Amino acid sequence: MLPLIFDIRRYSINDGPGIRITIFMKGCPLKCQWCHNPESQSPEVQKLYTASKCIGAKDCIDVCPENALTLTGEGIVTDYNVCNLCGKCADVCPTKAIEMSGKLFSTDDLLEIIERERVHIDQSGGGVTFSGGEPLMHPEFLIEMLKACGDKGLHRVVDTCGFAPTETLLGVARHTDLFLYDLKLLDPELHKRWTGVDNRRILQNLRTLAEAGANINIRIPLIKNVNTQMDEIVKMADFINSLPGTKPKVNLLPYHNIARGKYQKLHMDYNHHDLEEPTQMDLDNVVAIFRKSGIETEIGG
Amino acid sequence: MTLTTINIQKVPERQARSEGNFYNTERKNALPGMNDRVRRLRKLSVETQESLSIERALITTKFYKENYGKYSEPVMRALNFLEICKQKTIYIGDDELIVGERGPSPKSVPTFPELTCHSVEDFHVLNSREQQRYTIPQADIDTYEREVIPYWKGRTMRERIFSHVPLEWKAAYEAGLFTEFMEQRAPGHTSLDGKIYRKGMLDFKKEINKHIQSLDFLNDLEATDKLEELKAMAISCDAVIVFAERHAELAEKLAKEESDQQRIEELMEIARVCRRVPAHAPQTFWEAIQMYWFVHLGTITELNGWDAMNPGHFDQHLQPFYEKEIAAGTLTREQAKELISCFWIKVNNHPAPPKVGITARESGTYNDFTNINIGGVRSDGTDGVNEVSYIMLEVVEELHILQPGNSVHISTVTPDKFLHAACKVIRQGHGYPSVFNPDVYIQELVWQGKSLQDAREGGCSGCIEVGAFGKEAYVLTGYLNVPKILEVTLNNGIDPLTNNKVGLETGNPRDFQDYETLYAAFINQLNFVVDQKVRVSNYIDQMFAKYAPAPFLSVVIEDCISKGRDYYNGGPRYNTNYIQCTGLGTVTDSLSVLKSHVFENKTFSMDTLLNAVAKNFEGEEALRQRIINRTPFFGNDDERADGIAVRVYNDLLAAIDGKPNIKGEHYHLNMLSTTCHVYFGKVLGATPNGRFSGKSISDGTSPSHGCDTHGPTNVIRSLGKLDQVKSGGTLLNLRFVPSLLKREKDIEKLAHLIRSYFKLGGHHIQFNVVDTATLLAAQACPEDYRDLLVRMAGYSDYFNDMNADLQNEVIARTENEAF
Repeated sequence: MLPLIFDIRRYSINDGPGIRITIFMKGCPLKCQWCHNPESQSPEVQKLYTASKCIGAKDCIDVCPENALTLTGEGIVTDYNVCNLCGKCADVCPTKAIEMSGKLFSTDDLLEIIERERVHIDQSGGGVTFSGGEPLMHPEFLIEMLKACGDKGLHRVVDTCGFAPTETLLGVARHTDLFLYDLKLLDPELHKRWTGVDNRRILQNLRTLAEAGANINIRIPLIKNVNTQMDEIVKMADFINSLPGTKPKVNLLPYHNIARGKYQKLHMDYNHHDLEEPTQMDLDNVVAIFRKSGIETEIGG
Repeated sequence: MTLTTINIQKVPERQARSEGNFYNTERKNALPGMNDRVRRLRKLSVETQESLSIERALITTKFYKENYGKYSEPVMRALNFLEICKQKTIYIGDDELIVGERGPSPKSVPTFPELTCHSVEDFHVLNSREQQRYTIPQADIDTYEREVIPYWKGRTMRERIFSHVPLEWKAAYEAGLFTEFMEQRAPGHTSLDGKIYRKGMLDFKKEINKHIQSLDFLNDLEATDKLEELKAMAISCDAVIVFAERHAELAEKLAKEESDQQRIEELMEIARVCRRVPAHAPQTFWEAIQMYWFVHLGTITELNGWDAMNPGHFDQHLQPFYEKEIAAGTLTREQAKELISCFWIKVNNHPAPPKVGITARESGTYNDFTNINIGGVRSDGTDGVNEVSYIMLEVVEELHILQPGNSVHISTVTPDKFLHAACKVIRQGHGYPSVFNPDVYIQELVWQGKSLQDAREGGCSGCIEVGAFGKEAYVLTGYLNVPKILEVTLNNGIDPLTNNKVGLETGNPRDFQDYETLYAAFINQLNFVVDQKVRVSNYIDQMFAKYAPAPFLSVVIEDCISKGRDYYNGGPRYNTNYIQCTGLGTVTDSLSVLKSHVFENKTFSMDTLLNAVAKNFEGEEALRQRIINRTPFFGNDDERADGIAVRVYNDLLAAIDGKPNIKGEHYHLNMLSTTCHVYFGKVLGATPNGRFSGKSISDGTSPSHGCDTHGPTNVIRSLGKLDQVKSGGTLLNLRFVPSLLKREKDIEKLAHLIRSYFKLGGHHIQFNVVDTATLLAAQACPEDYRDLLVRMAGYSDYFNDMNADLQNEVIARTENEAF
C-alpha cells in the first residue's frame, strides 16, 4: 500500500549532505508533545484550514456533499462527525485556505520528481531524504524507493525515530547510505511520558544498526526541562559512546514553538505542557558535554 | 514563553546606510575593516546631499555662443571639452588619495544643456522633491534662466529629436509601451579593456597623428570627416592631460599650505601621479587607479552617457601593478586596499545627472551603473581571480555603498574559494555582488559575432548587459513593456488607461475561438511595437553620430582611431543596439491564465475575465484568488507555464534579434528591467494574472513576485529552459531568508545553487537576503511574497500561511539572525 505524502521539500539543506529533496510521509508511531509537523502523525488524509486566508467565498459550503461546513465569525467550521474528508472543499477554495494534507504518489511519479533535482544533487553531492512522520511505517514502499534511487546512483538518507521492528530497520539499512536517527530521552519512563512510547526498542535498534555497520547521524531535539538536564545529556553521551563502530555525529535541533500555527490549522491542541525553547546557555552546555566526551556535535540539521 | 512583539508601524532603518555596514564587533569573524581615512571619506560621501552645479553648463553655453559654426562638429565637441577641463573647479579633499570630481565637489552633478536643458520648473522640482533630490541655490537657477536656457531653446538634442518623431511613436511612448534611453542622455557608454594601462594619452596622440598622416584624400571620400574626427580625438587627449595637471598644481599648492608631514607627502605623491597619468602609461598601482579615474571622468564630462563608464575587469587590470609592487616592497596589501577603497568612494561621489519626464519616472535613482567585474576569465580562457579580486570583495563588504555596482564572474575554472568568499558577502544582504556566468556570456558574444578573444575580454556592465570591453559600442535603446503589448492586444489596439489608439487592430478578443488566435494577435502587436521603436532608435542614433560625437570616448575604444570614426558613428570594432524586454513573468502568467482557464478548462469565459480586469478585479476577489492559486505560473518548473515563457522569449528574439542598425550591425535582445518594471506597472491596468492596476510587473527574467512557490531549485530549472545564449543578458532575482544562509555549509550550498544554475545555462543571478523590512512588507502585501518559506529545525511553512503573532515572531528572529 502506498503511503500518503504530505510534503516534498526541494533545496533541502538540513537533512543530510548537499542539496537534497526530502519526501515526507504521513503516519508516525510516536506522539511527541513538541512535534513540529503535527500533520505527519496521522497516516490518514487530514484537512488543514488557514483562517487568515479565508475570504468567505462559501464555494466550499456549496460543494460539500455532507453539508459539513458552516461559516462562522471565526471562519469555516467543519463538523467532523459528518465530514468524510473527500477534499472537494479544498478543490474549490479560491485561496487555498482549505487544503488537504496527504496525497498519493506512485513510485514512478516520485522518481520523476526526484530526477528533476538531478543538476542540484550532482553539483552539491546531495541526494534524497525520506522523512515523515516515520518512513519505516511503510517498509515495502520505502525499500522500493530506496532501491530505485540506488539504481540511479542517488545518495539516500532515511530520517527515522527508530521505533520499528528490527528486521524492517535492517532491511531498509541495506539500501540506505545514511540514517538520521532521532534520540529524544534515555529514561524509558520520561520517554513514554513525552512521546507516548517506551524507548527500549529504539535504543536497541540503534545499537543493532550500529553493529550492522550503518552510517548514522544522531539528531536530538532539545526541549528545555524535558531533555536539557545535565544528567540526561550525560546519559545520552555515554550511550552514544557505547555504540559499536564509527562514532555517530550529533545534530542538536533546538525546539521552537513557531509550529503552533500548524496545530491551529488542524484544530489540534498545542503545548498543554508549556514547553520552552532551550536558552543559549542550555545549548552551550549541551554542546560542551557532548564535545567533551568526544562526540562531534553541531547545532542544526 | 511570551511572544516577542515588535512595532510594525516603523520599518527599522539599517544602521548600515549611515554608519557603514560594519561587522558586529562581538562576532568572531570580524575583519580589520576600514581605516580612519576611508571611514572619513566614506562618511563625507554618504552624508553629502546630492546637488547640481551649473558650472559646466555656463562654460559650454559661453563656448557655444562664441564658437558654434566655426568648427566641424567633432572638433567643436573636443574644444568644448578642452574648455571645461581648463576652467572647471578642481577639487582635492582632505584625506583623498585618488583625486578628481566631475562637479566642483563630491556629489555635485553638472548639467548637459546641449543634450537636455533643464527648465526652471525642473530645478524647483529637483530641489524640493523627497526622493532623489538634487539641491540648487535660487541664485543659480536665476543665472541658468538668464544665461543658459535662452541659448539652448530649440537647439538641444532632446528637442531636435522630439520634433521629428512620428505621432504614432509618440502615442506608444506616452502610453508606456517602451522607453527611449537616448532622448535625453547620450547612447550608453561602455567598459574598457586593458589598453589604458599600457598607453598614455601621449601614446594615443602619436597613434592618432600616424592615422592622420596616412589619410588618403584622393581615394577615400570620407577622409575629410576622418581628419576632423581624428583632430578632435587629439584635442580631447590634451584636455584630460590639462585636467590632470591642474590637479597636480593644486596638490602642490595644498602641500605648501599643509603642516602635517604625512599629508604633505601624500599631496606631493598625488602631484607626481597626476603629472604621470593620463599623459603616460601608469607604472604603479596608485597610478593605475588614477589613470582609470581620469579616463572615467573624461568620458562622463564630455557627454552624459547612459550607464556612466566601467573599468571592466578592474581586478585583472590592476593585478600586474599589485604583484610588481608587492614583490618590490613598495606597496602593502593594506595600502592597496586603501587605494581601492578611495576609488570606490570616488565612484559613489558621482550620482547620475538628474533625468526629466518619462525617463525620470522609469529610472528614478542616483545610481549611474558603473559595474566592476571581479573574477571571471582571462583572454586565454584561464582563471582571472587574483589577490586584487579578494581585496575588492572585502572593500564591497566593508564600504556598503550604493556605487559602484559590482559583480563576481564565476566560470567553471573559477576556484570554489573565490565563490565562497563572494557568497559570504552576498549573505550580508546588501544585494551585492551579483553573480555572472562567463561560460554563457562568452558564448553570447561569440554568437553575436565577436572573436573568441574579444569575447573573453568582455563581461557585463550597467545591469546585466554583455559587451566586448574596450571594443564595442553596445547601446541600450530602451525598455519594452511586454505585458502592455498583451494589454493592448486584449483591447484591440487601444490603451485602456487613456482610450488612445496605440497599436494595431488585431481583433476583438471575445471573438477569439482558441488560444492560438489570441497568441498570433499578440505577436502581431509585438512586431508592430518593436518596429516603431527600432525606427526611432535608428533616427536618434543618426542624430548622435552627426551632432553629438564623443571624441574622447572614441580614443579609448578599439578601432575608432584606425577607422577615423566616432564611437557613435560605427568607430568601435563592434556596434550593437539592445532592446531590453521586461515583464516575462507577468506576460507568461497572464497568457497561462488565458490558455488554461479561458480556452482549455473553460473555468471562466474571456468576457468574465476581461470585465474583471477592466474593473481592476473590484468585487471579483474570489475570481482573482482562483487565478492566483489555481494557475500554472512561471518559475515552478511547470512545463505548462514554462513552455509559454520559452515561446514568448523566442518570439521576442524573432522580433528584435538581427534587425539592422545604422552602423551596419544588429539589434539584439536583453532581458532586464533595472527599475523600469515599477514605471511600466504604473502605466499598465490590471492584468489577467491577477495583478492589480499600477502594481509593478515582474523584473528581468524573474518569476512574478511571489509566484515561485516551489523553491529556488525550481526557479532555476524554469529559467534554464530559456536559450539564454541568444540574449545579451538575463536577470534573475532570488529571495532568501537569513536562516538558509546561517552556517558555513549553508554558504557552500548557496554556491552549489549558483553553479547548478550556471550549468543549466544561466547568465546572471542575484540574491536578496530578506530583512525585517521585507518581512513587514510581506505582512502588508502577502500575495507578493507567496514564495517566502520559513524554515526552522524540522519545520517549514510559508510565511503567508502563518498568523500575525507567529509572523511577528519570525520577524523578531530574523532580526537576530542578521549577520
